[in-house]
Amino acid sequence: MHAQLPTVATLPQLLANGQTTTRSVVDTLSAAIESRNPVLNAYLSWDGAEAARWAQEVDAQSVANRPLLAGVPIGIKDVLNVQGQPCGCASLILEKYVSPYDATAVARLRQAGALPFGRLNMDEFAMGSSNENSAYGPARNPWNAGYVTGGSSGGSAAAVAGGMAVAALGTDTGGSIRQPAAFCGCVGLKPSYGRVSRYGLTAFASSLDQIGPLTQSVEDAAILLQVIAGHDPLDSTSLDRPVPDYRAALSGDLAGMRLGLPREYFTDGVDPQVTWAVRAAIEECRKLGAEIVDVDLPHTRYAVATYYIIATAEASANLARFDGVRYGARESGQDPIDSYGRTRARYFGPEVKRRIILGTFVLSSGYYDAYYLRAQKVRTLIRRDFEAAFQQCDALLAPVAPTTAYPLGERVDDPLQMYLGDIFTVTANLAGICGLSVPCGFSDNGLPVGLQVLGPAFREETILRVGHAYEQATDWHHGLPPVCAEDGGQ
Amino acid sequence: MSGANPYKVSIGLETHVQLKTRSKIWCACPNTFGSDPNTDVCPICLGYPGSMPVLNAEAVKLTVMAGLLLGCRINHYSKFDRKSYFYPDMPKNYQISQYDQPLCTGGSVPIEVDGKPKVIRIHRIHLEEDVAKNNHFETASGVDFNRAGTPLMEIVSEPDIASADEAFAFLQALKQMLVYGGITDGNLEQGNIRCDINCSVRPDTQTTLGTKTEIKNMNTFKGVHRSLTYEIKRQIEVCEQGGKIMQETRRWDDARGVTTAMRSKEYAHDYRYFPEPDLMPVVLDDAQIDEWRTALPEMPQARRTRFITDFGLPAYDADVLVADKPIADFFEATLAAGASPKAASNWVMTELLRMLGEQEWSVSEARITPTMLADILRLLDEGKINNPAAKTIFSVCFTEGGDPRAIMEARGLAQVSDEGALDRWVQAAITANPKSVADYQAGKKAALQFLMGQVMRASQGKANPPKVMQALKAQLDG
Amino acid sequence: MDVRDVAHLARMHITAEEATLFQSQLEHILDHVRDLGELDLDGVEPTAHAVAVQNVFRVDEARPGLPHAQVMANAPQARNGLFMVPRILE
Ligand SMILES: [Zn+2]
Repeated sequence: MHAQLPTVATLPQLLANGQTTTRSVVDTLSAAIESRNPVLNAYLSWDGAEAARWAQEVDAQSVANRPLLAGVPIGIKDVLNVQGQPCGCASLILEKYVSPYDATAVARLRQAGALPFGRLNMDEFAMGSSNENSAYGPARNPWNAGYVTGGSSGGSAAAVAGGMAVAALGTDTGGSIRQPAAFCGCVGLKPSYGRVSRYGLTAFASSLDQIGPLTQSVEDAAILLQVIAGHDPLDSTSLDRPVPDYRAALSGDLAGMRLGLPREYFTDGVDPQVTWAVRAAIEECRKLGAEIVDVDLPHTRYAVATYYIIATAEASANLARFDGVRYGARESGQDPIDSYGRTRARYFGPEVKRRIILGTFVLSSGYYDAYYLRAQKVRTLIRRDFEAAFQQCDALLAPVAPTTAYPLGERVDDPLQMYLGDIFTVTANLAGICGLSVPCGFSDNGLPVGLQVLGPAFREETILRVGHAYEQATDWHHGLPPVCAEDGGQ
Repeated sequence: MSGANPYKVSIGLETHVQLKTRSKIWCACPNTFGSDPNTDVCPICLGYPGSMPVLNAEAVKLTVMAGLLLGCRINHYSKFDRKSYFYPDMPKNYQISQYDQPLCTGGSVPIEVDGKPKVIRIHRIHLEEDVAKNNHFETASGVDFNRAGTPLMEIVSEPDIASADEAFAFLQALKQMLVYGGITDGNLEQGNIRCDINCSVRPDTQTTLGTKTEIKNMNTFKGVHRSLTYEIKRQIEVCEQGGKIMQETRRWDDARGVTTAMRSKEYAHDYRYFPEPDLMPVVLDDAQIDEWRTALPEMPQARRTRFITDFGLPAYDADVLVADKPIADFFEATLAAGASPKAASNWVMTELLRMLGEQEWSVSEARITPTMLADILRLLDEGKINNPAAKTIFSVCFTEGGDPRAIMEARGLAQVSDEGALDRWVQAAITANPKSVADYQAGKKAALQFLMGQVMRASQGKANPPKVMQALKAQLDG
Repeated sequence: MDVRDVAHLARMHITAEEATLFQSQLEHILDHVRDLGELDLDGVEPTAHAVAVQNVFRVDEARPGLPHAQVMANAPQARNGLFMVPRILE
C-alpha cells in the first residue's frame, strides 16, 4: 500500500469528509522528501516543521466556505520570489539573497489558501534542458535516477512525478515546463504569454517567460491556472482579459473538435518510440470524437536559432543586475568594474556564461541587424505560421521533445545538441501561445513520453479539454515510478 | 575680443530634467529629495530579481507637455529600450530609456543675448530613469539608491549654441519655461537640472562641424558657462597651434577652472540598445495630446503681456515679476486677496525680493503669504499704519508670519491721526527749534522736513505724516 | 566573434580555458544560427512583444518603499546606510 499524495482536485473532498487532514498530507509529503530527495535532488530546501505548523492551523479552521486551495502545499521553483525565503535560481550568485516579497503567482496561491512549499531545483537561471546546469547538482528522473529530468523546471517535474509534491509551479521560456513534465511523466502547462503575471519571476527572457503548473492531472493544472491567471497591475505584459472557468471546460470528450498535426513535428529526427506513442495518442483523440487534419508550420526549422538569439539577448540584460552591489555574492576588485568581472566569473556557471556571451554578442554594435533584428523578424513569421494553422484547427497535437529523457552527462559537452532538443517547444514561446504536456506512454527502457497539445493564445480551456479527455481515456498517468515503489511509499 | 573671431563655435546641450511627480517612474516609491540614504527604495528601483517596471502616467504627461511648450512634434507611437551600462549607480546595469522612438521630436527655445534674439532648435526629448547617487570616500564609494528611478526627461538640443553666453541663456530660458509649465521644480541645488555639453570649434571658412568634445555631469548653469569659456578657448588654442582636437570626454574641474580629458577607456561603451520587453509602447492620439495642450499653463511671455495690459504695470515691473514663476504667482495671489496692482508690485519688487535675497530664500521658505501682504497694504491704504510701520509688519510676517492687524496692535504700530496729539508734538517741535522755524519763514523750505522729522521721532514713528505736514504748515504759515 | 571582447562587454572575466571552450562552442552555435540568413525578410515587421498591448500605465501615487533594515540586510557590504563598492575612479 502506497501512501500516495492526493491530487489538488480530490483533496478538498477528502478533507471535508475527514478522510485525511492537511497535517497528514504534509507528513506524507515530508516523509517522501526525506526518503527520496537524497536520490532525486528535487528540492534545494524545504521546511517540514513550518509546513506542519501551517497544516495544524489549517486543520483547526472550519472546512466550510474554504478557498480553492485551502490546505494544499505547492512546490515552488527556485526562480520565483517567496517572501522571507532565499530565491537562489539554483545559482551561487544568489546564494545569500533573501527575497523581501512574494511573486504575484505565489501571493495568489497564498490567497487561495495554499502554502508555497520548498525551493525546487532547476537549471541555473532557468537556462538548460536537463537540470544539469544547477549549481547544486541535477535533479534526477524518478523513473530512472541515472537519467535527466529535463529542464529547466526539472525539480518541479521530479517532485510531482516522484510523489514529493501535490503540485508545483514552474516556468517555461522555451519548454521548461512541458519538456521536464514529459521526461518525468507528469502534466505541465505553459500558459499563453500575458495570462499569468511574471512579477516576481526572476527573468531569463522577458518576452518569452511564463509561469505555469506541473501537476498530477490535467484537472489539477486547470485548478492551479484558475488561481494564478489574470491581470496584474505590477506586470505591464499581463493582459486584462477575463479568466474563464477552466474546470468547466473539461467535458471529457472531443466531439466537434479539429486537431491539427504539424507536419514539421513528425520528421525523421524524432525517436521512433516517441513518434509511435504520440501517433497512438492521436488515434485515441480521433476515437474521442476529434477530426484530425494535417497543417504546416513552415518556419519550424528556424525556431531554435531564433529562440537562442532572442532569449540570450534578453538574458544578457536581465542578468546584468547580478553584480554583487545590492544583494547576492560578491568578489572584491580594484574598482567596481573589476569587482563585477570577478563576481560574475566566480559565481555564474558555464551555461549561464555561454548564454550571456552569446546574447551580448547578438546585440553588440555591428551585429544587431544581422542577428537580433533578423531573429525578431523570423519570430513574426513563426507567429504567423501558428495563426494560419489555427485557422484550420482548434489545437495542435505533437511530441513535446524529439526523444525521451537521456542519461545524465550525455549532452553536457555539446550545447548545440542540447539546444536542438528544444525544437518542438520553443515555438510556442516565440508565438506567445499556450501548450500542455500530458503523459502518453513509455519507451522500451521505461521512460515516459509526453503528448504536446498547443492552442491559440488565451485558449487554455481548449488544450485543457483535449488533454483531460485524452488523460481520462488512458491510464498512463496512473503509473508509479520505481522510486515510489522501492521505498514502499510512506 | 578684438576684431572678427576667425572661429565658429558649435555647442549642443543634453539637458536632463527631473520631473515633478509624486512617485518614481517605474514604482510607487516617493520622488523626493533629502531622505536618509536608501529609505525611498523597493525591489523595483533596486533592480531586485523578478521585479518589473510599470510606467508612471504622469511622467509621460509631463514629458509631452514639455514637448508642447517647446513646440515639439509629439510622436503618436513611442517605445522604451534598454541601454546597457555597467556602473554602481545603475541598479539593473541597464537604463530604461528611449532609443529610436522618443516621445517628442523637433521644437525650439527662444533666447536673447545682448539684446539679440535667437532660436535654439531642439532635436528630441525622451523619457528615462535617473540613476543612484555615488558618495566617494577615501578607499571606497557608497551608493544611495533613493534617486534611482526618478523620472528624467532628456532634452537634446541641436548644435545651434554659439557661445558660453548663449548656452547660459538657453538653460535659463529652458528652466523658466519648464518651471512655468509645472514640469519640474527646477531646483539646481537638488540636481533637478543637469547637463552634458558637446562643444566644437571650426575655422570660420569651414562648413562642416569640427571634432567635438563632451563635458559630462554639469549641475550649475554658472559651471556650464565657465567650463565652456575655458573649453572654447582651449580648443581655439589647439587649432591655432596647428594641433588636432581629440574626440573625447572631458571633466570640468571647478576648483581649478579647467577641463581635463578622462581616460578614454572609461567611456568606450557599446550600449546594445534593444526594445524593453517589460514595457508596452505608448500610443497617443490627437485628442489626448490636445487635452494636454489645453491644460498647459501660461508661459512667461504671455504673462508679461497680460501684466502690462491688464494691470497697467510698466514693462520693467512686468519683466521683474515674471522672471521667477513663484514670484509672479505670489504677486497675482496678492491681487486676488484684494491688493492694487501697483502697490502689490512695488512691495513684491522691493521688500519681498530684497529680503529673499538677503536670506537666500525661495518664496516658499518665507512665512509671509499673499494674503498677509494684501492685509498690510489694506491697513496702509486705510491710513491705519504709515509706511515705516508697514515695513516693520512686513518684516515680522516675512520671518514669523502672523496676522498683520494683530501685529500692528501688539506692537503699537497704529498710526496716530488724532489732532490733539499731533498738535502737541507739533507745538513741542516748534518750541524746541526756533532756528528752523526762522529758516523756514525766511524761505528755506528744507527746514520743514527737519521739523517733520522731529515730530515723527517724538511720535515714535506713529504720527500720520500728511496730517503732521498739514498741522506744521497751519502753525507756521498761520 | 572574439569571446574575450564580448565577455568584457558583459563585465565578466573568463579564464583562458573558458575562452577556448566557449569560442569553439559558440562558433558552432553561430554556424547554425546563420541559417536565418536564408530567409527573405524584406518588409517583415520585427516582433518585440508576444502580445500587442499598448499604453499600460500606473497612476502617480506614492507609497513607502521597503524598510531600510530589510534593504540593507541583503547588502554584501554596507556602511552608514550605503551600499559600499570599491572606490569609483572618476
Ligand atoms: Zn521603488
